Amino acid sequence: MSDLISLPLNDLHVELGAKMVPFAGYSMPVQYAAGVMKEHLHTRAAAGLFDVSHMGQVLLKGDPRAVALAFEALMPVDVLGLPEGRQRYGLLTNDQGGIRDDLMFANRGDHLYVVVNAACKADDIAHMGAGMPGVEVIEVTDRALLALQGPGAEAALAALNPAVTEMRFMDVRDVELCGATCWVSRSGYTGEDGFEISVPEEAAEDLARALLAQDGVLPIGLGARDSLRLEAGLCLYGHDIDMDTSPVEAALTWAIQKVRRTGGDRAGGFPGADRILRELAEGPARKRVGLAPQGRAPMREGVALFADDAAADQIGTITSGAFGPTVQAPVSMGYVPIDMAAPGTIISAELRGKRAPVTVATLPFTPANFKR
Amino acid sequence: MKFTEEHEWLRPEGDEIVVGITEHAAEQLGDIVFVELPEAGTEVSKDDECVVIESVKAASDILAPLDGEITEVNEALVNDPGKVGEDPLGDGWFFKIKPADPSQMDDYMTEAEYQDMIS
Repeated sequence: MSDLISLPLNDLHVELGAKMVPFAGYSMPVQYAAGVMKEHLHTRAAAGLFDVSHMGQVLLKGDPRAVALAFEALMPVDVLGLPEGRQRYGLLTNDQGGIRDDLMFANRGDHLYVVVNAACKADDIAHMGAGMPGVEVIEVTDRALLALQGPGAEAALAALNPAVTEMRFMDVRDVELCGATCWVSRSGYTGEDGFEISVPEEAAEDLARALLAQDGVLPIGLGARDSLRLEAGLCLYGHDIDMDTSPVEAALTWAIQKVRRTGGDRAGGFPGADRILRELAEGPARKRVGLAPQGRAPMREGVALFADDAAADQIGTITSGAFGPTVQAPVSMGYVPIDMAAPGTIISAELRGKRAPVTVATLPFTPANFKR
Repeated sequence: MKFTEEHEWLRPEGDEIVVGITEHAAEQLGDIVFVELPEAGTEVSKDDECVVIESVKAASDILAPLDGEITEVNEALVNDPGKVGEDPLGDGWFFKIKPADPSQMDDYMTEAEYQDMIS
């Protein structure tokens, strides 16, 4: 454990009573004194401050059009059409049409700002460097990343700089906070309104303390971050999506804009285009769905799925699952054959040797509260 | 009252033993969201899995501490599993067991011994 990396807010987490755990090579707060359930509910009711500094922050620099087109060669996503000051969800695909990582990217005028998953960061940077000749791929190592999420997020951040009230969902801009120039986006990964704030590391603790001093803001750990994103129907890389799952199977087709699809001006030309375009046209064999266990027992990652109580052959697997504190019931996601993917379909899951009914459910489990 | 290495407490009540988990265990588990209890009348052997508890973090099993018959279970936990964390030594009890061999209780720790183990 001695090679765990401590991030700029480590001392603050310890002072706040966090339980620190290893996560993707970093020492991270999994929960604070309130516990996962209260932290989750508090985020949906007021506002939660998350330290996500373990995530990778990367700048892509060069001629803007050339950078956009080079990035499009790695993702089935419209990069060129993203206006300055806007952010978008993206997916790095592999030659088999699987997903290398999912990410957020923003058009910052003279460069793209990209946020990638902590566990994939080193691979992503190598992959982007090798796959985008002529593009400078620069890892940002001197900034922390905070997420402020929940219906109280706007008021809390506006107390430090009222300009943030002008931002709508997926806007990105520079905002002065606690004397530092922060890169702020109106986004997050909880299904709530909120902001992600890239802050110079020397100002990170001041900013975190200033936000925690606002009414209704509590520190929230990775435990609640996981249950919040799960209720919001959002994928966790390495669990719900991975090198084998295609974006179409993963029900992420909304992330593939028309211009990159068959018939579009810049159709194809990304890794795995054959499979991904074929699945878009013909439909995938299996699909990621929401799964609502009918009992009270949470059904977690790895639980096997069957067509019914008696069927011998496994048809799929749960990829994420937990008790959903907001819906007050267990919630899961997993992959099922396309003929069993319609909401309302009742299938069966095997938990501790016993079969139990599970209903295919519409995602998200909790409605999104974005400020569109 | 006796304690097991698996952080259960055992409280004699007449010729039955009431079984629950300790405050220390409840704290380690975090918020408890699901409890599956055995049926009253079930005959169990020592170390049989007889309760499943799920916290926000993971599932854990509670093993039967003694050979005997489960005589009563705390049905209230099914709809309110949070009681385990709120009052582990009181309202959060799991089941009562009528031991086949009451001398099995002698194998378990006193409160002082248990406190030593967790400190």
